[in-house]
Amino acid sequence: MRSVGRSVPRREGLAKARGTARYVDDLRFPGMLHGRTIRATIPAGEIAALHLDFDRAGFTLVDHRDIPGRNVVALIEDDQPYLVEREVRHAEEPVLLLAHEDRDTLRAAEVRLEYRPGAAVLDPERSTRVFKELSIEKGDLAHGFAEADLVVEGEYRTGRQEHVYIEPNGVIAVPAADGVTVYGSLQCPYYVHKALVGLLGLPHEKVRVVQTETGGGFGGKEDYPSIIAGHAALLAVKSGRPVKLVYDRLEDMAATTKRHPSLVRHRTGVTRDGRITAMEIDVLLDGGAYCTLSPVVLSRGCLHATGPYRCDNVRVHGRVVMTNTPPCGAFRGFGAPQTVFAAEAHVDRVAEALGLDPVAFRERNALVPGDTMATGQVLGEDATALAVLREAVKRSDFRRKRRAWRGTNRGIGLSLFFHGAGFTGSGEVMLASRAALELVPRGVRILVASTEMGQGARTTLAQIVAETMGLPLDRVLVATPDTASVPDSGPTVASRTCMVVGGLLKACAEELLEKLGGLTPSAYLRRHGPLRVTRQYEPPPGALWDDATYKGNAYATYGWGCDVVEVELDPVTYEVRPTRVTAVVEIGRAVNPLMVAGQVEGATAQGLGYALLEEVVMREGRMANAQLTNYLVPTTLDTPPIDVTILESPCRQGPFGAKGVGEMPMSGPGPAVANAVLHLGLDVRSLPITPEKVLECVSSSTESERTSWRRR
Amino acid sequence: MRFVLNGKRTDVLAPPLKRLLDVLREDCGLAGTKEGCGEGECGACTVLLDGAPVNSCLVPLAHVRGRKVTTIEGLRSRVPEALAREGGTQCGICTPGVVMAAAALGPKPNAARVREALAGNLCRCTGYAGIVRALAGPRAAPHPRVRAAGATIARKRKAPGDSRTHRRGRTTTTRQG
Repeated sequence: MRSVGRSVPRREGLAKARGTARYVDDLRFPGMLHGRTIRATIPAGEIAALHLDFDRAGFTLVDHRDIPGRNVVALIEDDQPYLVEREVRHAEEPVLLLAHEDRDTLRAAEVRLEYRPGAAVLDPERSTRVFKELSIEKGDLAHGFAEADLVVEGEYRTGRQEHVYIEPNGVIAVPAADGVTVYGSLQCPYYVHKALVGLLGLPHEKVRVVQTETGGGFGGKEDYPSIIAGHAALLAVKSGRPVKLVYDRLEDMAATTKRHPSLVRHRTGVTRDGRITAMEIDVLLDGGAYCTLSPVVLSRGCLHATGPYRCDNVRVHGRVVMTNTPPCGAFRGFGAPQTVFAAEAHVDRVAEALGLDPVAFRERNALVPGDTMATGQVLGEDATALAVLREAVKRSDFRRKRRAWRGTNRGIGLSLFFHGAGFTGSGEVMLASRAALELVPRGVRILVASTEMGQGARTTLAQIVAETMGLPLDRVLVATPDTASVPDSGPTVASRTCMVVGGLLKACAEELLEKLGGLTPSAYLRRHGPLRVTRQYEPPPGALWDDATYKGNAYATYGWGCDVVEVELDPVTYEVRPTRVTAVVEIGRAVNPLMVAGQVEGATAQGLGYALLEEVVMREGRMANAQLTNYLVPTTLDTPPIDVTILESPCRQGPFGAKGVGEMPMSGPGPAVANAVLHLGLDVRSLPITPEKVLECVSSSTESERTSWRRR
Repeated sequence: MRFVLNGKRTDVLAPPLKRLLDVLREDCGLAGTKEGCGEGECGACTVLLDGAPVNSCLVPLAHVRGRKVTTIEGLRSRVPEALAREGGTQCGICTPGVVMAAAALGPKPNAARVREALAGNLCRCTGYAGIVRALAGPRAAPHPRVRAAGATIARKRKAPGDSRTHRRGRTTTTRQG
């Protein structure tokens, strides 16, 4: 029976829906303590004194002097300490760790910190500390502008966004014979493993990281778990007992990473008939207090900053800078939702300046197979920007609604977007991921560190192996991601799992099938004993990338998408409400169409939240609305029906032609909403589009426009 | 404190102001009820109190004295199967709460009724489409359409066990030339 292309139910779906799936907070160990993090409360300065105003009986305390290895969170730069030694760089910075077996006693413990306050930099435009700066250049910009009949400029902003996975960050660290095992809600077991080895100064084999069922990640459990796992491990090593460290919602929202705020400036040259001749783009991201993954977020952001358009003369310049705020990190889309918002909002404004229809203008400039991107990458036959655009326009009846709704309180807008699948540039080569497949009496077992966090990896990878080997799906088992027993297949990020890890598993399955020589797995095991095959990532021939010049193939391939969002403006409250979304994605091959749709629907809702509701309010370098009461994410009533069409244009890089899908649909809703609002006559250029921003814009609109919104 | 838990008389020795959520998870060993926010916003901890859905993080133990509490472990329902089949559960942490809130819905609810009843249950994964599909039927929230990007006419590709029933008509999508 075929497996690929079928919407088989997710493997652990029933266990989750019946409440029997076990998440980290559901686990208990004998003698377990609870952990707590004492944090700084000022954005910049030094710790002058620390007072413990509680009875220390039964408490385990850990500060930076208890760290056996290095006091740095191993990621890109070694700049972030696990625990403050002296200097405070943001207001949620961990200073001291406590553990106690009784949670109430633990919560009641009072710690007072005295500081020598320093000057905080909170505005990224004023920051002089640059984590990463880069340029992408193509052609001759001056020539491009000289060729133009019209130059259109625009400035676009986006705010921080919180992941709001419904399960907060949490781990349990269990001391083992001269080592430690960490169970946790996390995306990347080997990232945590690497961080713990450095922190604890232990040999690799003495540190074990096991993923527990994970209640959502969205990037928020990519880099942060290295910190919380380190804290729990320090407490466990010192106390000699298991320690559970699970954040409550407030701490999770206040202290963990966010999507980088952005300011993107566009200067675009166009001919009168609508050809783009020059694109000059400046990207500024606020990285927060430490580097984390910011350089790579900036890279991906800049590589998507032109939008899916052809242009011979391009300069993209990007910077990510330090501010005294909690560090920003990975979030679904990884820099692209910010720059795609700017590009797609700008495209509608350029079209308007030219008096052109936004669809016609996009059709004129959209990338097609054989076109060259800003990095010099030549697009393959699977580039389908025009196909998704035309399908979405037709499916949504865009042109008719656009005409009919003009001058009413209804608006319709679209966005055309793309997303590189897999790690950026030479990332996959450096990762050199490994995946393995072994025989078990029942069939085969997948051994990868790629995690299931709701996206469907467990089911999808099994489908790829079952299809390749001609096995029924239930004969393919998937091992728990546990660094003691699975190879490092890389982090579960960057829309890479299905395409890259799935590709490795397909190769493993082909090799295993050949080695079986027609025997069933159980017969082979009886006759020849255990069998396991491992495959390591090898770059496709000709895939060249230069990190110094940003030239070459930035990604193996790209997914393509087009969103049409319909909105209604409430003329009294100035709320913009989405009423319908038409989402068209081209992702190579849908291994499991319902799972693909789940990614599109979920990311679209998250994108609508980003566009309209989700506003992180910062005061004195801290999140002032760190609770779900006033950081609003879309409910059932805020989320309109989402009509999903999946187009398939198989690529040669992915298994059965599959490309990545998880992140891409996050980029579409922001600009489509802004363009629908522009259709209402309101030019709002920053996300989220809150009633306050609409009000500000309305104040500068004409009386006839205001009257028109009251008409239906 | 005495109350009826999943149909059985129960006596729990715990402080009267302890959150019902913690009593269920820690004192009764029922970990199917999840904590998402602790402030009554997300609905992951939804249980039934005398048949009506409540956020158990906001209910002190004293409040349930002599009353009936039903958790996911004690609920007989077909909703879990429907959610698993229709993509209504992804990461799953909100799902037991969704199942409990759905238990208070009558038979065959329409999409509007489902959305209203579940307005207190946050799901960050599904965009609610799979949940609405599971509870109100695929007509309310259709399955995705799958088509070849290059085809001018969609070919019907039928796979055994495939639940997609929505491919109809033609597509005029063309591959750019």
